Amino acid sequence: MAENKLTGKAHVYKRDDINTDEIIPARYLNTDKEKELAQYAMEDLDKTFVKKVKPGDFIVAAENFGCGSSREHAIWALRGAGVKAVIANSFARIFFRNAINNGFLAIEFKGAADKIKDGAGLEIDIKAGKIINKDKGEEYSFLPLSDFAVELLNDGGLINHIKNKGAKR
Amino acid sequence: MGMTITEKILAKHCGKDSVKPGELINAKIDLVLCHDITTTPAIDMLEKAGMDKVFDPNKVVVTPDHFVPNKDIKSAEMVNRIRKWVKKHNIKHFYDIGRHGVCHAILPEQGHVVPGMTIVAGDSHTCTHGAFGAFSTGVGSTDIAAALATGELWFKVPETIKFVVDGKLPKGVYSKDIILTVIRDIGVDGALYKAMEFTGSTITDLSVEARMTITNMAIEAGGKSGIIEPDKKTLQYVKERTDEKFEIVKSDADANYSVVRKYDAAKLEPIVAFPDLPSNGKTMTEISKMQPIHVDQAYLGSCTNGRIEDLRIAAEIMKGRKVAEGTRMIVVPATTDIWKQANKEGLLDIFMEAGATVSTATCGACLGGHMGILASGETCISTTNRNFVGRMGSTESKVYLASPAIVAASAIEGKIADPRRYI
Repeated sequence: MAENKLTGKAHVYKRDDINTDEIIPARYLNTDKEKELAQYAMEDLDKTFVKKVKPGDFIVAAENFGCGSSREHAIWALRGAGVKAVIANSFARIFFRNAINNGFLAIEFKGAADKIKDGAGLEIDIKAGKIINKDKGEEYSFLPLSDFAVELLNDGGLINHIKNKGAKR
Repeated sequence: MGMTITEKILAKHCGKDSVKPGELINAKIDLVLCHDITTTPAIDMLEKAGMDKVFDPNKVVVTPDHFVPNKDIKSAEMVNRIRKWVKKHNIKHFYDIGRHGVCHAILPEQGHVVPGMTIVAGDSHTCTHGAFGAFSTGVGSTDIAAALATGELWFKVPETIKFVVDGKLPKGVYSKDIILTVIRDIGVDGALYKAMEFTGSTITDLSVEARMTITNMAIEAGGKSGIIEPDKKTLQYVKERTDEKFEIVKSDADANYSVVRKYDAAKLEPIVAFPDLPSNGKTMTEISKMQPIHVDQAYLGSCTNGRIEDLRIAAEIMKGRKVAEGTRMIVVPATTDIWKQANKEGLLDIFMEAGATVSTATCGACLGGHMGILASGETCISTTNRNFVGRMGSTESKVYLASPAIVAASAIEGKIADPRRYI
């Protein structure tokens, strides 16, 4: 089972359409190792990100996060850098799909970029579908994950899910 | 209630009589397309999970294209890994250097795409193949691993937006202008999670190649897929290339669309997507009122506009003319066969005589890989599909997206130019 409660700091990028080229530039796609990719996470958007981010932190953004290419490297670079979840007003389709397949949390919350300030301490309660903004003492409900997404989260991703299913048969 | 072409294809591939938007299904995959960047991670995952198998080697097509010819040692190692994997699993459809091509150009060209099929690739522009009435969508490496091992994949059935384009396109206006106009109107997330179905007399009048430019860019509006019903032209193109049997699927008259948008082709103009989003379109009328925009590089190629018809359009404009001083032009025929055909027709000579350079097929500079990277402060007019910050090189460079005609005219003038005066 995946952890139910996550705590970390928010790195807020109050912008729409943050694309996969910004999350992990194509020039680094000659590797798929998370630790290598992690060094360049968000490089074309914010060169200081990798220095600021701490294991367990969250990225917060506005609409259509992760648009552009299908590169799963975007998820791996963020996960490698210690990011536990991305909270955004909305997500681009392939990024969202890749997140589900990796058992990585992509949380849809319409007010994300407006309500959460950079550096805010957050707690995410997955089961309750809530984000607790410790700085403001506020609580937000996010769009509940689909049953399938929860299944994959608990299985640790699609490949393990298929393996487990095969084992049960 | 009837079904759209997309719903019908998905229903058939999950063994149901009907499906509805929002439904989660497990669909059979008819074809997995693999390129260099996203395939090696999939192979790694399968090996690590002890599932290193391929559900049907004949249903896998492999063409390294992004960083080929290998741009550095790491890329070379990646492609070598793929070569070994291809051999191990007896995958016959492998297009290595000398037969290679940009994956979305080579797949239909070599007869691998037929109407009604399901296709996935670890590449966002997989939506291209919807031009043949197939359900084709870009996925990640984990999906590729799952599809390779099981021949199936989960999908949420998308809603469909219908785009009806009717009328005759004016001179100098092409399918690229249609799709850039659509994306300008609905935005880069205007079709988020949705299928984009294109129909109408203008679409019917377009060649199959020109239609591919439209479906190719569905992802730039956030779409899951782009699709065009197969017609006589589609069947002719397909039958010239394969004996594969297929079923023609079309949308029902009473199918349900989330939105229907109508366009009058006669009112369209050549359009350029300004930095840093494909939705940032400005028409030639708007551009004519601005300060001239100098271009350092003109790029003709990619899965969007690197096919033979694109090269013909550009060559027609460039014949007997020269690339402006202070501007360089790079021409990248999208596949080996396109390169050969362009050579046979004398198009490559026209480009070279004009002072452009012609490269072998590669995704190359389109994604800032190699073969034409931009320095800080530089501007490129490009027939490609994305102009995000740093897409073709430095984060301080700028990319403008346009049709092959605009790119050719701009190369000649050294600034973003209206192609209509050359046609």
